[in-house]
Amino acid sequence: MVVKRKIGDYVFDTINIILMCLLIIVTLYPFIYVTFASLSNPSAMIAHNGLLFAPLGFEMVSYRMVFKNPMILTGYANTLVYVIAGTFINLFLTTLGAYALSRKGYYWKNFFMFVIVFTMFFGGGLIPFYLVVKTLGLTDNMLALILPPAISTYNLIIMRTSFAAIPDSMEESAKIDGANDFIILYKIIVPLSMPVIAVMILFYGVYHWNAWFNAMIFLRNRNLYPLQLVLREILIASSTDSMTTGVGGLDKEPVGETVKYATIMVATLPILFVYPFLQKYFVKGVMIGAIKG
Amino acid sequence: MAELQIGNPGINQKITSAGKFLLKDFKKHKYVYIMLIPVLAYYVTFHYWPMYGAQIAFKDFNPGKGIIGSPWAGFRHFETFFSGVYFFRVVRNTILINLYGLIFGFPAPIILALLLNELRSRAFKRVVQTVSYLPHFISIMVVCGMIIDFTAKRGVVNDLIEILGGTRSSLLLKPEMFRLIYVSTDIWQGIGWGSIIYLAALTGIDPQYYEAAVLDGANRWKQIWHITIPGIAPTIIILLILRIGQMMNVGFEKIILLYNPNTYDTADVISSYVYRKGLLDFSYSYSSAVGLFNSVINFSLLLLANWISKRLNENSLW
Repeated sequence: MVVKRKIGDYVFDTINIILMCLLIIVTLYPFIYVTFASLSNPSAMIAHNGLLFAPLGFEMVSYRMVFKNPMILTGYANTLVYVIAGTFINLFLTTLGAYALSRKGYYWKNFFMFVIVFTMFFGGGLIPFYLVVKTLGLTDNMLALILPPAISTYNLIIMRTSFAAIPDSMEESAKIDGANDFIILYKIIVPLSMPVIAVMILFYGVYHWNAWFNAMIFLRNRNLYPLQLVLREILIASSTDSMTTGVGGLDKEPVGETVKYATIMVATLPILFVYPFLQKYFVKGVMIGAIKG
Repeated sequence: MAELQIGNPGINQKITSAGKFLLKDFKKHKYVYIMLIPVLAYYVTFHYWPMYGAQIAFKDFNPGKGIIGSPWAGFRHFETFFSGVYFFRVVRNTILINLYGLIFGFPAPIILALLLNELRSRAFKRVVQTVSYLPHFISIMVVCGMIIDFTAKRGVVNDLIEILGGTRSSLLLKPEMFRLIYVSTDIWQGIGWGSIIYLAALTGIDPQYYEAAVLDGANRWKQIWHITIPGIAPTIIILLILRIGQMMNVGFEKIILLYNPNTYDTADVISSYVYRKGLLDFSYSYSSAVGLFNSVINFSLLLLANWISKRLNENSLW
């Protein structure tokens, strides 16, 4: 159907495109600024006022400072352990739970479903949770960052919905051949569910990469710190101290500002690199979740 | 299943048949139950045990005596909180941050979805989407690090304020700026991700409506107003009700990374107060009482929101 486009349409489209371009700029510019600032000459950066449209000079001195801090590498290594081990346990438990809850016809199903979903809406609170983890002896233990978030109920429901959508006929023949539930899950359901498993790996992986609060309250040993907690010391703690004493933290040491920006870059680059490739999986996960919600 | 009725002469027989039924059910679905063991163990340990432990809100908890051994305190901690000077402050701040989020943050992804839907170029639409989802994946630590640096006295935001004729100041030290900073950066981080669900709802609208509207001479505004918005209205209403159900709930992560004693007056919310009292001041029982009060309110609001949602359009959470 060909319809003559009116002037109003052109005005609408033009304004719309301008708004979208503004959104892109507002979203990306902070990252661009950080990139340019991290590559700038530290003293030039101090003297500079206003937005940056290119690095002031081109120096790696800030990055060298970042990697001189042994905690950055320790944090990176620890975060890698948390992401890999944590996501593995997440995946194992979530798959088991999702499969069990997607089966039909067993007596306690609705009760267990209620027991699990109820935790999405009500909890004992921060302090009782803290005391439980302490009682279990998980303080100053890497497991404190892995076991308490071992299952995300939201992810469990997404996976259950996806498993339940697989036609029963797929398992019927396996059942006739005498396969038990473990075999059905491993040989039939999991191979058919690779897209949702990819979504789960990404959701859980990003969770572990970004998590910091449990680490802050349960870890005293700095050698176990994940990267985000190291970042907190560099980016947040130092500046809040100086803010409350009224002395600008950035005034004290000339190299501080660009080093902070370089730290942000070092901590964010992995996400920025993988993000464009993984984006569609994230969106898929939200869509599956939205159908249920 | 077999019913159990006390005083029924056939009670023994009924109990036996109920037992037989459960045993048969367990045998038949043995592997499903085995799979559920670790999953339920997780929920019992990390969700239901803390719920059991929440009783310390009614006790004077002493870590040496344990939960059982600590003496009861009744509602004293709740009374202390309700009559204390911080009650009004933290409740007000919690509600106000949510209210600003509701007024400015809630419509933002809807508007973005409507505008994205009107873009003619698919490639450009995809670029905008990809870019706008990005901040969602950036860690809260990095986001707060950028906020702190940009709003510092020598930061880029102050550079711009000075160029525009204002004077420099550490924005995070000013109580009146906290909510603006908190809500605007929330929108920055969440607008794209939040639009996904509306874009999904938009794909469900029958294109024939638009064709008919064009034939009737409806312009773009009229099409948006009369077809698109009614088309996604059920989604908007459900999300709005859920959002209102969260009115007393503000996560503490971003708050405790950005606030400082200078801004407690506008920044301290219930959850950050619980964190500070409990884990920094070690008032376990008192902060558990505050947390329990908050959980009960949140849960009631959610039940209410769900009930309203059910009455309105037969959509509900469960």
